[in-house]
Amino acid sequence: MDLNVIDDSTPVASEDGCSSGSCGTTDDQMSHLPDNIKEKVQNHPCYSEEAHHYFARMHVAVAPACNIQCHYCNRKYDCSNESRPGVVSELLTPDQAVMKTKAVAANIPQMTVLGIAGPGDPLANPERTFETFRQLSEQAPDIKLCVSTNGLALPASVDELSKHNIDHVTITINTVDPEIGAQIYPWIYWNNRRIHGVKGAKILIEQQQKGLEMLTERGILVKVNSVMIPGVNDKHLEEVSRIVKSKGAFLHNVMPLISEPEHGTFYGVMGQRGPSPEELQNLQDACAGDMNMMRHCRQCRADAVGLLGEDRGDEFTIEKIEEMDIDYGKAMKVRAAVHAGIEEELAEKEVKKAKLVSSMDSAAQPLKEYRPMLMAVATSGQGLINQHFGHATEFLVYEASTKGIRFISHRKVDQYCIGNDTCGEKESALAGSIRALEGCEVVLCSKIGFEPWGLLEDAGIQPNGEYAMEPIDDSVQAVYQEMIANGTLDADEIKLDAVSA
Amino acid sequence: MSLEIVDSCVSCWACIDVCPSDAIFKADTQFKIDAKKCTECEGDYANTQCASICPIEETICDSEGVPINPLGSLTGIPPEKMNEIMLEIQSR
Repeated sequence: MDLNVIDDSTPVASEDGCSSGSCGTTDDQMSHLPDNIKEKVQNHPCYSEEAHHYFARMHVAVAPACNIQCHYCNRKYDCSNESRPGVVSELLTPDQAVMKTKAVAANIPQMTVLGIAGPGDPLANPERTFETFRQLSEQAPDIKLCVSTNGLALPASVDELSKHNIDHVTITINTVDPEIGAQIYPWIYWNNRRIHGVKGAKILIEQQQKGLEMLTERGILVKVNSVMIPGVNDKHLEEVSRIVKSKGAFLHNVMPLISEPEHGTFYGVMGQRGPSPEELQNLQDACAGDMNMMRHCRQCRADAVGLLGEDRGDEFTIEKIEEMDIDYGKAMKVRAAVHAGIEEELAEKEVKKAKLVSSMDSAAQPLKEYRPMLMAVATSGQGLINQHFGHATEFLVYEASTKGIRFISHRKVDQYCIGNDTCGEKESALAGSIRALEGCEVVLCSKIGFEPWGLLEDAGIQPNGEYAMEPIDDSVQAVYQEMIANGTLDADEIKLDAVSA
Repeated sequence: MSLEIVDSCVSCWACIDVCPSDAIFKADTQFKIDAKKCTECEGDYANTQCASICPIEETICDSEGVPINPLGSLTGIPPEKMNEIMLEIQSR
C-alpha cells in the first residue's frame, strides 16, 4: 500500500509553494485591502473567505429576463435539481421576494447578504429588481444588498443602483477582446436590435468597462467574475485581471466553466470542456499577483439560501413562508446579537492567528525546504472540522507549505451516506468522493466509517479524525508539522521514483 | 397581422418587457401573443422586438408561420457547419 504517494496528476501549485499575495494564513485575500473596504466585506460570505464559514447569503429570483446570450447559459432556468448559476425553482414577485428575505433573515440570523443574480440579468429587469431593493432597504435595513450583472445595462443603471444602498456589485467580465467575446456571446439585445458576433461583443465589453469605472468612481465596491473557458479565454484572463484591477475592481473571481451536456447549454451540447482543478488553480495563482483572488465561490443558484455550499431553499418556498409569522423588529435584535457574537469570535481568531504567525516567524527556519501538499477538510461551517466524511457534500482544499496555510478551492461530491434510500448506490458514490479528493494526501473530518477509511488509504489519501471540532487552520498546520516530523515529506522523491519505475 | 410564439418557448420572460403593444402574456406552459394586440411593432420599431430578444431559434413566427429566427441564426452556426465546429470546440 503506497500511503502518502501522490500520483502524477497531483495539482502541485507552483514551485515555490505559493504565489505572492496569497501566502500565509487563509484570509490574506483580504489583508491588503484598505480598512474601509475590509469593514464592508468582513461579514460578506461571497467576498471574504473567512466570513464564508460564518455568515450566510441568499438570492431572490425576481429577474428572469436577459438581454444577452452566453454560450454557458441555458435560458430554460426552471430546475430544482441542478446547482449552478442561472437556475431557480420558482420565480418571485418583488413582494414575495421581500417576504422571503425577511423570513430567511429571521430564521437564519447569520444571513447578512441579499443578492439578486437572475436567473436572467437583474438590470434587464429594472422594475422588478429595483422594487425589491427599494422595499428591502426600507423594511430590512440590516441586510446588505448586492447585485450581479453581465454589465450591458450597467451604465444606464448606476444612478438608480446608488440610490438603493447597494454597495456591492458583481460584473461578469469574461474578456476585453471582441474577437474572443464573439466566441462566448453570440448576440446581444441593444437599442431595440439584436446585434450578433464581434459587433455585439464589442458593445458589451464597452458597457462593462464603462460601468466598472462609473461604479468605482462612486465608491461602490466591484467584484469581477470571469468564467474560465479552455481554449477560448484561458490565456487572456490574466490581462483581464490586470485591467479590471487598474480600473478599481477590488476582487477577481475566476470560476471554472460548467458545461455538462445534460444542462443543455451551447457549450454543453457542443462538447466544450471545462478546466481541470489544476488548470483553474494555475490561472488563479497567475492572476493573484495582480489582484485579490476569490477561490471560495460555489457558483450558486439564483435562488440559493444559506451558508455557501449549502442550500436551504426548500425550507423557504412561497407556500411555507406564507405560513410564517415574522416580527422583523424582533428579528433584527436577535440578528444584531448573533452578528456581534460572530464578529467577536472572528476578532479572537484574528488575535490567535497573529500570535501563530509571529511564532512561526520567530521559529528557526527549517533546515530544508519541504514540498507543499494538499489537505481536504470536511466542515459544516464556523471554520471547524465538524463534519462526518460521509455527510460532506463538498470538501475544502487547503495547501500547506513551509510558508503557511492557504485555501485553494472546494471540491463538490455526492453524499453517499444520507439514508437508506440512497444506500444502493453507496459503492459508486463513495468512489466519486474519493475521485473528488484526487491530489489531496490527507482528509480531515470529524468522523469516518471503517469502509471509506480503507478505500481512502488504498487511494493514497490518509483519513484523519483526530482534529474533530478543532479550527481548520490550526489543524492543517499541525498535521503538516507532524508530516515533516515523521519524515513523510522527506521520503517523497524516493517513493515517486518507485512508482514511475 | 400578428406574430406567434410556438411551443418551443422556454418561458424566459425576455419578450414580455420589450413588447411595445403589451400583447404578450404568460399562459400555462409558455408565453403567448394576443393576436388582437400585436402590431408586429409597426410604427414603433424597425425590428419586431420579441423576435429580437427571443433566445430560442424557430420559436417566434411571422404571420405566415415562418420562423423569424431560423435554425442557426442565433448560434451563428449554419446547420451544415455544425459538425465541423463541434469538432473544433471539442479539440480545445
